[in-house]
Amino acid sequence: MTHTRARWWQHPAGVVGVGLLCTYVALAVLGPWLAPASPTALNLGRALAPPGGAALLGTDENGIDLLSMLLHGMRLSLWIATCTTIISVLVGATLGAWVGLRGGWLDEGAMRVVDVLLAFPGIILNLALVALMARPGVPHLIFALSLTGWVSYARVARGEALALRQKEFVLASRLAGAGEAWLLGRHILPNLMSTLVVQATYGFASVMLAEASLSFLGLGPQLPYTLGALLAQGTTYLWSSSHISVAPGLTLGVIVLACNLTGDVLRDHWQPRRPSRLA
Amino acid sequence: MPQASRSFATLQRRPLANRIARRATGAVVAMCGVLLLVFALKHLVPGDPVDAMLGDQAQAVDRAAMQHCLGLDQSVPQALAAFAASLFNGTLGHSCRDPQTTVASLIGRAFPFTFSLALAAVSFALAVAVPLALLSAWRPQSWWDAAASVFAVLGLAVPSLWLGPLLLRWFYVQWHWFPGPADDPSTAAALVLPALTLGIHMAALLTRLLRASLFDLTNEDFMRTAIAKGLSRSQALRRHLLRPALLPMITMAGMQVAGLLGGAIVTERVFGRPGLGTLLLDALAVRDWKVIEGAVLVMALSYLAINLLVDVTYTLVDPRLRSPAAAP
Repeated sequence: MTHTRARWWQHPAGVVGVGLLCTYVALAVLGPWLAPASPTALNLGRALAPPGGAALLGTDENGIDLLSMLLHGMRLSLWIATCTTIISVLVGATLGAWVGLRGGWLDEGAMRVVDVLLAFPGIILNLALVALMARPGVPHLIFALSLTGWVSYARVARGEALALRQKEFVLASRLAGAGEAWLLGRHILPNLMSTLVVQATYGFASVMLAEASLSFLGLGPQLPYTLGALLAQGTTYLWSSSHISVAPGLTLGVIVLACNLTGDVLRDHWQPRRPSRLA
Repeated sequence: MPQASRSFATLQRRPLANRIARRATGAVVAMCGVLLLVFALKHLVPGDPVDAMLGDQAQAVDRAAMQHCLGLDQSVPQALAAFAASLFNGTLGHSCRDPQTTVASLIGRAFPFTFSLALAAVSFALAVAVPLALLSAWRPQSWWDAAASVFAVLGLAVPSLWLGPLLLRWFYVQWHWFPGPADDPSTAAALVLPALTLGIHMAALLTRLLRASLFDLTNEDFMRTAIAKGLSRSQALRRHLLRPALLPMITMAGMQVAGLLGGAIVTERVFGRPGLGTLLLDALAVRDWKVIEGAVLVMALSYLAINLLVDVTYTLVDPRLRSPAAAP
């Protein structure tokens, strides 16, 4: 216990990352109660009000309180990223570990599918999928993001499973008559856990960015208060009311930063490398 | 000995040719997969694609037009044949909105804008990342090293969809230093702000990777030997560390250029650059499926082609891959 705690404090950046992440999760959970107003309550009389006064972060083009929009938008973005990451990890890890354990033509085939899906750079496959839906909602977006998200987890899980299936404890279990499901659940997946958690922490950040990009382009959930939609509005009013995009931009950046820092410290903790110092 | 088996045997004895042949085969298989997936994309979404795209209130005329655009008024083999024909005659089909225009001509007009942006962004990233990582390795635990680490962490976190508008706000609206969305996009000056937007993220990524690989390499035996021989740290860095550390950068930079062909969509929109991303978004707005299909296809195929090219270059340049033992 003391050992773990001592190692934690050696990574101040990691503590900052985890702290920020917890803060944002708490803000997202409590968002609807913390928000001073509704994220959809129009008040055209005080549109584009600057920060300060009645509205802490100012108001948008329709006079909606920006802080309320931000809290609801952040909650939605974190929710979408959480669902997408969980689905992607579950599907990707199970599938990847299974084909890695099996090997042979199944493994070959699955890896060719992975190659094909990885050939679509950035969010273009998501864009094309979302384009096929008249009014993309939150479930549609989670579906589209998961459809491309599982691939990288599958590739990593498959690689690790290939190495693990040669290990003595797996061979012994196999000799003792263990079936595939047992091997996967008992030996392969538990050994993949640390790698997957690290990867999922970075993956969470990229899902946040992908979702914000889709919303920014008007192809996310059709709501005015997602982080991407707020940034898009901020870009429209860049000339006159530059306050709109500051808070959502910072929020998105800091969440990504917190995920990356957390991922770094978890990776150093679980996969320590040799200390790098020149002799 | 028959010709085929002899050439196969020569291939086996030459790990380099073997490796290149294997990569090329893999890329060709992936390209075929990409073609099939793009063709089948419209069926991946649950429900009838025409309903999904137009909603259920659409007019019969519009539905028929959309059905024709998606190729759903033909049987699957017919549609597949038409798709293959449009690939082989190089037109990629005709735009649904403007049947006189081929998709290939639209893409041909847009491609240079995206490609030049990707090249500019990667050049900027390399120009920042390589010196920064070298300074880090030269003086670890120094201010330079700390600055490089902080830059790597912050640069990765700044969302480009926020950075782009911010740069526009200051360097275009406020100070008029660089052209903005309303100006001619084909000048070199118009490249600066979008390349910076994409390049900072990439520079952070490359700094991080190069710094890590330099630090890993300083633990290698050959470095200890070099220091033991009496070389100074900077001499050892220059003579022994630079080549093995910089070689993987070829792969990284190439992958980034390839990734940017499809990853610059938001930046192109913000800066009003008429590249592939803008073409795709404009087609999405009017539901011109043929153009969407063509743009996605070209982005994915160029991604695979550039990656293959980079891979082959790397194999030829890295002497370590020439020994039979190194061939995986």
